[in-house]
This record gives sequence, structure tokens and C-alpha cells, in this order.
Amino acid sequence: MSLAIKVENLSKAYQLGEIGTGTLSRDIERWAARIRGKDDPFLKIGEVNDRTTKSASGIVWSLKDVNFEVEQGDAVGIIGRNGAGKSTLLKILSRVTSPTTGKIQGKGRIASLLEVGTGFHPELTGRENIFLNGAILGMRKKEIERKFDEIVDFAGVERYVDTPVKRYSSGMYVRLAFAVAAHLESEILIVDEVLAVGDTEFQKKCLGKMGDISKGEGRTVLFVSHDMNSIAQLCNSAILLINGSINYKGTVNAGISSYYNLNEKKNIYTNNETYVLKPCFIKKIFVGTENVEMGEYYFYNDILIQFEIDIQQEVKGANLFVLILNQSKKRVFACESEKLYSNMKLILKANQLVRGNYSIYAFINLAKVGPIDSAEDVCNFKILDNGSPLAKHGDYDYGNVFANYAWL
Amino acid sequence: MNKTSEFDWEITSQSSVFDLKLNDTWEYRDLLVLLVRRDFVSFYKQTIFGPLWFFIQPALQTVLFTFVFGKLAGISTDGLPQPLFYMAGITAWNYFAECLTKTSTVFKDNANIFGKVYFPRLIMPVSIVVSNLVRFGVQFLLFLAVMIYYLYMGASIEPNFYILLFPLLILLMAALGLGAGMIISAMTTKYRDLALLVTFGVQLLMYATTVIYPLSTASANYKWLIEANPMTAIIETFRYGFLGKGSFNWASLGYATGVTAVILFAGIIIFNKVEKNFVDTV
Repeated sequence: MSLAIKVENLSKAYQLGEIGTGTLSRDIERWAARIRGKDDPFLKIGEVNDRTTKSASGIVWSLKDVNFEVEQGDAVGIIGRNGAGKSTLLKILSRVTSPTTGKIQGKGRIASLLEVGTGFHPELTGRENIFLNGAILGMRKKEIERKFDEIVDFAGVERYVDTPVKRYSSGMYVRLAFAVAAHLESEILIVDEVLAVGDTEFQKKCLGKMGDISKGEGRTVLFVSHDMNSIAQLCNSAILLINGSINYKGTVNAGISSYYNLNEKKNIYTNNETYVLKPCFIKKIFVGTENVEMGEYYFYNDILIQFEIDIQQEVKGANLFVLILNQSKKRVFACESEKLYSNMKLILKANQLVRGNYSIYAFINLAKVGPIDSAEDVCNFKILDNGSPLAKHGDYDYGNVFANYAWL
Repeated sequence: MNKTSEFDWEITSQSSVFDLKLNDTWEYRDLLVLLVRRDFVSFYKQTIFGPLWFFIQPALQTVLFTFVFGKLAGISTDGLPQPLFYMAGITAWNYFAECLTKTSTVFKDNANIFGKVYFPRLIMPVSIVVSNLVRFGVQFLLFLAVMIYYLYMGASIEPNFYILLFPLLILLMAALGLGAGMIISAMTTKYRDLALLVTFGVQLLMYATTVIYPLSTASANYKWLIEANPMTAIIETFRYGFLGKGSFNWASLGYATGVTAVILFAGIIIFNKVEKNFVDTV
């Protein structure tokens, strides 16, 4: 296999704040430094790009020393939180903006879909827009003519093809736009979460098409999304970006689990507020022993979860409801107590949870009224596998629980 | 095994100043055609008179100029019928002015599309110039019609062989508008101050060009200034070729050609330099 894209030491700096008279003096200073053959005085400070903290230099490194390689035919998911640099990376790859330092080398034509319907003109008909949009994306007219029927068919807008697109429903608009891009004959396809719009059926169709592109036609796909399901479905490897740097690159499943583990990992939940209106609330939850970074358990360990409930007033009919969440925050199973006490202990029996990351969603439930106080997605713990019956299947995703079953 | 040699493209922070990307631009010629079509079609969509609207502006302007500068101010027109004299100036000037003003905001107007997809950016300003050519063509037909009317009426106009310079004149106006517009657009991506001056500046420039008066009547004190403006030579040649009056000489046309070439070349270089990063500052 040969490489399709090679990214070396890629960095991109952005200027924070507004551009105005204040930036002019800075520009002059930079220009003066360049004349004298010195480094740019405003690019020196290597700050970490954390959008929640204040910057000292007014410059932000949206990408910092990013290195990776993509093989031909790979489908790579690029994941990370908002502001991690995903879109910047795609923008540089699509040549919309250029890097501050570093370089990217690659092979083959790139088609990028950072937004659907770029360049669509509302007054023009669907037909005219297919040609215009196709040409903007880099297709020759003949190519578009050849694929025209296929595009219209994929979009499913045949009836409207001679109507101005301003009369289209937003769904139809997106369908048409994606259809044009999907039929581009390029070796590399770059897609930035554009599928969020459109109905489920169309989203499936797009994912299917993108799957065909990467698996069937052997083209390289780079895909940014916050929807881990589509990432898992489409991609075979993943790159996790945190604050502009690569945190993880490798298989898609491992990438997704590191993404989910970005949230602060604590095995303890405490609530020290005093509520006037709540007769009782969850004061503390912890898994295993107190003050351990994150509990790790082998699948044959019992897991002890302790609850401290602050009961200021007896509430009749209240109990504790505990849900175990998997790493996609989906509910795995639930445990319900009979009554509410100020100290409660719950034991999860061994040999039940498949390796992976779990957390707890607990609330005090009042029958026929609803939850009084809740703690959602707290107390992360990890189950390790060493010798479960299915351990030999390695990384394969075989669910979250081991069931009691028998073959007859 | 050296893998690097297999790659066929490279993205870096620097590029050569003289890499004009003209090959790239040529690859996208179909886009150029489609963009021109888009501009033309979207202009008169949902109108009843359609492309006829292209006539309205120069016609009204001619009437206005004839009244204000011809009748009220009584500025000489070298013995040419006033409407014809003004129309020749207006038709040519409008083409240049439109090219310049539209091109000068190309980054701002297309920030959205430029920020989302890559194609050789040069296509955009070139498409503006070509779209305006269509408009100019329509207005030129109006001028021809008026000219034929006056010929038929026996007015003293003498179209001559210099009419053959017409294609060159169009090329010069297009290149000048494009080049100057691109320089301005490149300078206004970060600081917009200059953009606010453009509309006003173009109007001012019109009075420094021989649109409303013939070069022969310009006062000796300012004549050098008016002649330094390359548009003067272009418009004078245009009038001379079609109407037989005006101050034409090869030297000033040569000068205009030289200035235009320099401005266009500088425009493309500056434009290409700014194009790489303007998305971050526009």
C-alpha cells in the first residue's frame, strides 16, 4: 500500500480578537522583524489552544505539530471536541487556507466537502446548480454531463430539476448538494460533518455511498463527525485531536473510546451544596475505594459502589435508582433499591460486564412524582479483560454484558 | 525506497512569488464559463424585460450628461454630437469602472465560498471581468445603434481604420480594471479602509479621464495628469476610431499598454499572495 497523504509538523496559528487599529501596530512590528531577518515576535509563544482559558499572546495555535500518514484506501475518522482543530486541519488539506508551518504531501485529486451546496445560487435551477457546483468542486463539464443522471437519481429530485433551488426544501437542497460532491471522481474525499442535515434515510444513503467510495473504489476518505456511530460504521482508523495536537491515532474503536474518556475521569462524585427545597439529595457516590484516579477492575472482580444520601426529611416512597452507562452513554442495565437510607452500598457481581469504560447515572426517585435529585454520568470505572470466555476475540465489539446462556 | 517522490502535490506555508498558477486556472475554464452564465442569468431572473435592463443605465446617464455637461456647462465635444460623444465615453468608462469596483471586493463578496472550497481564486475576478464584458457588449450595441442613427442623419463622424484597435482597447480596459481591482481587493482583506474609498475614487478618476470632455480642451496645467491616466489614451483611441475625433497617438497608447501590463502583473502576484491566507483575516 502506498501513502495517500503525509502530514509533517503541521501548525496553524490564528489571531485572537478583532482586527482593527490595534493590529496595525503589531503588523508593522512583525514586518520590521522580518526585514531585519528575525523571527515573527508574535508567533514565538507556544501556548496550548484551550478555548476555555484566556490567552496571553493574542495568538492561538489551532494546530500544533501535527504528524500523520494516511494510506491509500483508508477511511480515517477525525474526532475531537469543538475547537480541537478538526476543521482547521480539513481546511488546510483542502487548500482553503495555508499552514503557518509544516507541510502536507499527497497523491491524487482531493475533493472536499466542508459544507454542502457551496456556491449554489438560489436563483438558478437544480440543473444549472449541478453544473456550477460540480465545476466549483473541480469537475469538468463533460464529467458532469456523464454523471448528471446518476446525480439526479441519487438526490431523488428529478421532478424539481428545472426549478430554482430557492424553492427547494432544505432537505432537497442538501440531497442535491451531497449528490454532486459524492459523484466527484477524486482519489481523496474530505467530508466535514455535513450529514447532520437531511433525513435518516438520506444519511444512511450518504454513509453507504461513502463506504462504497472507500471500500469499493479504494479511494481515501477523511471524515469529521461528532456522531461516533457513523465514524465507527465508516472508518477503519481514527485520529483524535485535543487542543490542536494529536492525542491518539490508530484503530477506530480505540480512538472512539479515548474520545469518550476525554471527560474528566473520577471515581467519585460529591455534592456539597445545601438545598432548601430538596428534602434529600445524593451527597457522594464512589466506586471502590475513595480517592483513586479511576477504578480499574478485572472482569472477575465484584464492584462496590457506595452512596451517601443527605436525608433532611423522610420522604415516603423514595428510593435510589442506579443506571450503568457504557462509554457511548447508552444505558446498560438498571438497579433499583427498595428504600432510601443515608448510607447505601451496591455490589455489581463479577463476570457480568464486558471490558470497557462505564459510568453511573443515579437518581433519587419518588414514585409517581419523578426524580428528586440526580447525578448523571459520574464515577467512571473501567473493566479489564483477562480471560473472559470471549477474550480471544480481542478488540471485537461484542456488546456490554455477559449473559447467562446455555446451548442445548 | 524514497516515498516522497511518489507524491504529486504539496501544501506548505510558502510559495514562489512568481508562481502565477495560470495552469491551474486554465484547468478550471469550465467553471469560468459557468460563473459568467450564472452572473448573466441571475441578473435578469424574475424580470420582465430581462437583458433589456442593461440598456437603461447608459441611456439615462447619456441623457443626464448631455443635459448637465453639454447644455448647462457647455463643455466642448470636439464638434461631435453630444449624446454620441458622452455615450462613447460612458460605455467604455463604465466597463472599466465596473471591472474595478466589482473586482476590488472579490475577497469580501466571496469569503463564504472561498472559505469552503478550493479552486484557483483567480477564476473569480476573471469571471467578473468576463461577465461585465457581456454587459459591455449589450451597451456597445446601443452605442452602435446611436452611431448609425447619427451617420444616417449626416452628422460629422468619420469611423476609420483605427476602429480595428477596438479589441485591444477592450483587452486593455479589462486588464487594467482587473489588475487595479485585484490590488485593491488584496489590500482590503485585512483593513477595509481602502474599500470605502473605491466607489468615491472611481468617480473622481472619471473626471481625470476624458469622459465628459475631450483631451484637446484640457488646460495645460493639468494635461500631464490627465495623460498620465492610462484610461485617457484608451478612451481617446476609442473615440478616434469610431467617431474620427480625439487625440490619438501611438506613444500614449503604448504608454497605456505598458502601465496596464505592469498593473495586471502586479495584481496577479499580490492577489495570489493574499489568496493563501485571506480566509483567516477577511
